[in-house]
Formats: sequence, C-alpha cells, structure tokens
Amino acid sequence: MNDPLARTWSGYLRVDGRKGIRNIVLVIYTVECARHVAHLIAQDEPDTHVIGFPGCYDNQYAIRLMLALARHPNVGAVLSVGLGCEYTQPGKIAEVAEASGRPAAAFYIQDVGGTRASVAKGKEIVADLRARITRDTPRVPMGFADLTLGCECGGSDATSGLVGNPCVGRLFDHLVDRGGTAIVEEIVEMIGLRDLILARAADDRASGELAAAYDKAVAYCQSVRQYSVSPGNFSGGLTTIEEKSMGAFAKSGARPIQGVIRVGERPPRPGLWVLDSVPDPHFMGFGYTNPNDTEGIMDLIGAGSQLVLFVTGRGSVIGSPIAPLVKVTGNSRTYGRMSEDMDFDAGRVLAGEITLDDAALDLAAMIADVAGGRPSKPEALGHREYFIMYKHQDTPALAQGCRTNG
Amino acid sequence: MIHGFKIHPDDNVATLLVDAGPGPVVVGGPAAPADLTLAAAIELGHKVALADIPAGAAIVKFGVSIGLASRDVHRGEWVHLHNCRSRFDARSSTLDVHTGATTDTRYE
Repeated sequence: MNDPLARTWSGYLRVDGRKGIRNIVLVIYTVECARHVAHLIAQDEPDTHVIGFPGCYDNQYAIRLMLALARHPNVGAVLSVGLGCEYTQPGKIAEVAEASGRPAAAFYIQDVGGTRASVAKGKEIVADLRARITRDTPRVPMGFADLTLGCECGGSDATSGLVGNPCVGRLFDHLVDRGGTAIVEEIVEMIGLRDLILARAADDRASGELAAAYDKAVAYCQSVRQYSVSPGNFSGGLTTIEEKSMGAFAKSGARPIQGVIRVGERPPRPGLWVLDSVPDPHFMGFGYTNPNDTEGIMDLIGAGSQLVLFVTGRGSVIGSPIAPLVKVTGNSRTYGRMSEDMDFDAGRVLAGEITLDDAALDLAAMIADVAGGRPSKPEALGHREYFIMYKHQDTPALAQGCRTNG
Repeated sequence: MIHGFKIHPDDNVATLLVDAGPGPVVVGGPAAPADLTLAAAIELGHKVALADIPAGAAIVKFGVSIGLASRDVHRGEWVHLHNCRSRFDARSSTLDVHTGATTDTRYE
C-alpha cells in the first residue's frame, strides 16, 4: 500500500469546479511598452507571476491564450497592466477573470502617470488581491484524477526517446487509468508517423482530427522549409525528424487519443489529448510555430495543465509561470552535470538500476510532492519564462479587415 | 555491461549507451547480434548499423523507417547525417555531421 498514484494533497478550489495546486496572483501586460513596469510590480512579491504580449496590434490567438491563462486553476487573481495606446484591452482581460470568480483589476500606465507611480499602484493592488485569495479560496483534497498534466520535450538526445519520453508515457497511462487528463504537444514532432498516430485514435472523430492536424503540420514544415529538429538534436545522435518523432511520440504512452485541441482550448473530458499549436494557413502566411520550448509549455498551461513535465536529454534551465515545470532527463550525465536544474533522472533505467515501471512510479511520487506544494527545481530557482506571440488559428476570410473596394 | 541497445526486433541500427569503439562491443535488446565490431569511435546516443544496408534502403529504428540510406552503409558503421537522409527534411542533410551546426546560414 505505497501506491504513489493513490496519493492526495490539499488543492485550491475554483468557482468552475477545477482545482489548482498553486494560488498565484497573475500580472498580465498587454504590450511590450508595459513589460518592465509589470515585472517591477511582481518583483519580490510572493506567489506573483508575470505574462504578457509584446505586440501593439492585437491578435485573437494571443488574447485567447492570455484569457485561458488568466482563468487557469492555479491562478487566484489577476492584475492586467497596459500602457494606454495598444489594441489589446487590459480592462477586458480583468472583466473575463472577474466573471470566472477571480478578483481582478486593471489600469493603464499613462493614466496613473509613469513608472514609479504605476509600480506603487500595482504593488498595492497585488497585495490586496493576494490577501483576498489567501483568505477566501477554499482548500479541498485533490488527487491524480483532478490533474491535467502536459508534456513537452526539448533539447532532445537519443536518451529522450529511449527512456525520458517512455517514462512520461508510462506515467500518462497511469494518469489516464486513474481518470486524469494528459496532453501532449508538438504535432510537428509526429512527422513521419501518420499511420501510427491514426491507429491510436479513440474513434473516427479523433482520427479525422489527428489526420487534419498531421497534414497541416507537414504542409507547414514544407512551407517554412524547417522541421522541428535542431543542431543539438543532431549532435546528440538523432539523424532525422522521423527518428526524433518516434522518440517524441513515446511520451503519449499507449492509451487511445481522444482528439485534438487547439491553443487556448481545454480538453472537454479526461483522457489523452493532442494539442495542436501549428498556425493555420492564413493571409499573413503560416507564421512560426514552436519557436522555442517555452512557447509549447505556455500552450500546455493554457490548456489547463496544473503541472508540466519537460523531457530534455541534453538539459535545460527554463521554468514556467503559473504551473510548475518538472524537468525529466533520460541522460544521467546531463542529470549529474545540471542537477541543480534537473528534477528527475530517468537515465537510471538505461543503467539497469530500475525498471521503466519503477521510474514512472517514482515520477508520480515526485509529481504528488510538487502538487502538494514542494517547489520543483526551476520553481525554486525563480525561473518563470513565458512566451506569447502572434499566431493565427482562426482563419478569417482573406478580405477581412481590409476595404479593398473603395 | 552492454555498450549499445537495439530497441525493436526489426531494427537495423542500435543506439550507443556509452562512447565506444573502435573495436568489439556488446549490443543488448531483442534479437541483438551476438557480436559487433565498430569500425570507428561512436558517441553515446548515436547509431551503429547492425547489418549491411544498401543505398536507398530504409534505416529502421523503433521498428519504423527513420530515413533512407543515402549511400551503402556497412555493418558496424556509424549511421548519421552523412549516410542517412530524412524522407521529409532536406536541410538536415546539409548540417555539419559532428556538431549539427548549419552550413547554409550567413553571419555577415
């Protein structure tokens, strides 16, 4: 009777019934011009994280993602800060957060009157929001059935496909069997595996969604002449995108895929889901997908993951706001070299010290610890990297927004 | 102690778990060959051919084709960018075979 998947811990109950493993105040800025002020507001404030969007012209995809993050189960309250002349409206973001039962506020820096006055006002608001959510948020027991876990991989080497991703895949099988939700990202890292992924579809609808997302990903990579594989991957022994795909897809485990969600959407029911972050073909061109690991992690958090697993054979020092990042490596050398940053060494499986099953259960125990409040390594180091960019998953008509006929 | 691992019975390559070679190595995994000699040193994470693979034939790992041999590959030889090409990604064939660095980007 020492089943880590049976463990429970105390969570934070939100009005929509979802449960969080953290209770943070989220500061959201709505243009690059407000970024420094937003970060000064959050500086030295406990449990206060920052995200934001750099563009002055707004973007429906980015707004959908920011609204999903503002209503994330780990977020208790929201302060939205704008400069005052951008398209994206901080007041609207606060309204949506408030409608979800979260205390929220917004202001424009131009109205308040400059850097120091805005920082002072922001800190006052953050202190008030934090006091309110600390006092008012109900604590409830939660377990693996209440969890949505995302998995991203980056800085992959050959161990990622041998043990790092298979270890997470085994854990995801357990999570799904317990009634939880698992999300894998990176359709561009399924290229070469069309028949294999379609064979995993739970039903015809899921199969159709996977086929459409796969075909779009191939068209995208052909269009931008770039596949999701980097110099470090090649140096680590991966030779082709097909080889990397097989390793990356191992993180999905063996359970049926329920369907495809897009950025800013949540899985409509528990089970295993694929998140499509590839831009749609659009009048502005595809744009970029997966420009870095942080972007994919933001998408997984946007889908409601309370915690995200990041599998990296070569090692990485990133973290994430809102949802703790737990870094897994299948390479014991990397673990030894970067043990300050890497949470979990699945390379012990390759050394023959433990089985893949043991490793998955060890990982489950670590997840329960972090869900119960113990900071993950990147969380303890203060890593809160975020990345929100222009992208299109909306496919408006070509002429929308233009008056071309006089 | 095993030096390399063959993941799937159908694979014609194994992955090195340690830096090894040149010389004889032990490969673990399903239907792994009893003996194998590396023609040259191969680094951890990289692949070695378990059989002679003619140009144009599939390189098989995880039981699936991960690419095609771009020239004849001999048993015991390192399999990487110089002799295996993706069916999708053309640019990867232009990268530096040791570092993976690009050779087609201008820095000035």
